[in-house]
Amino acid sequence: MKDVKVCVLRIEGTNCEDEAAQAFASVGATPEKVHLKQLLGQCPSDLKRDLGSYDILMLPGGFSAGDYVRAGAIFAARMKSGLKKDIVRFVEDGKPVLGVCNGFQILVELGLLPALDGTMSEAPEAALYTNDSGRFECRPTLLRQERKGRGVFTSGIPRGSVVMYPSAHAEGKLMFPRSEEGKMLDRLLENDQVMFRYVDPEGDYAGYPWCPNGSLHNIAGICNPAGNVLGMMPHPERVLKRETHPDWTRAKWKEDGDGLSLFRSAVGSIR
Amino acid sequence: MVVAEIRIELKPGVADPEGKNTKKALELLGFNDIKGVRSIKMFEIEMDADPAVARRECEEMCRKLLANPVIQKFRVDLR
Repeated sequence: MKDVKVCVLRIEGTNCEDEAAQAFASVGATPEKVHLKQLLGQCPSDLKRDLGSYDILMLPGGFSAGDYVRAGAIFAARMKSGLKKDIVRFVEDGKPVLGVCNGFQILVELGLLPALDGTMSEAPEAALYTNDSGRFECRPTLLRQERKGRGVFTSGIPRGSVVMYPSAHAEGKLMFPRSEEGKMLDRLLENDQVMFRYVDPEGDYAGYPWCPNGSLHNIAGICNPAGNVLGMMPHPERVLKRETHPDWTRAKWKEDGDGLSLFRSAVGSIR
Repeated sequence: MVVAEIRIELKPGVADPEGKNTKKALELLGFNDIKGVRSIKMFEIEMDADPAVARRECEEMCRKLLANPVIQKFRVDLR
């Protein structure tokens, strides 16, 4: 079986890299926590790394660069300044890129999502802005997988199934330019780019608190048109084991937490 | 030397939860005449450049990092 190498990319303020690495390790991949400077070559030569040598790129959650300017903006600007070509090549090669929470914010600021016209837009086409509540929202959230087609992230999560991934963010409201909101949402749906939407325990689309942020169309996670770049606000890497589900003593026992299938899908797509 | 004041604010119609929450808190403190509160971000950038160049560069900074055009607009004032 092929050794699947995962680059878990971090800068100062990233704080979910351990769980992200553990998630990939627990499905048999080989994750490495890599600082952005190692990819940019701003480090001792034995620490230098090449993005192209990895099979999967993971942008974990956290508060990169202190969330200064806007969440994810500084990480994105630093990636764009020295790594743009490598990232575009990585995505165009069809390799999986996963951004969770702050990672999703980075992908949007980078222009890798929603990427309606091409691999990477010059300026952001969307924004992940302050939750309607104006607060940090942290609780279990239920998501329905909505993609019709099969992609690198969906093989283990059938369409229509509901998973529980916890949310923990203050800026998770997906927004498009106000005048083009309807048009852009239509394009997202036509392109089959909406992967996760917030639902309530009955499986219905519901408002606050089931949707923690007031996101357009209850959207929790979207992918690029090719399906190999996925960004989502909730944290699959926090539910690898059943014991991290809030109802694990009451519900029917299963070994796996809901998050595992996402990582298994991504790693399985490489093998 | 010029000093550029860059003002980043939400576009009209974009909800401003920070402004709304601040208004609520101020009202709890007894300020009852408030009609509205908007949150605005300001950067002050000192530059060693010709004013015309400084303005152009500041606008470029806004496009490249300081503002997200989907929800924000910017204004550059030199002094």
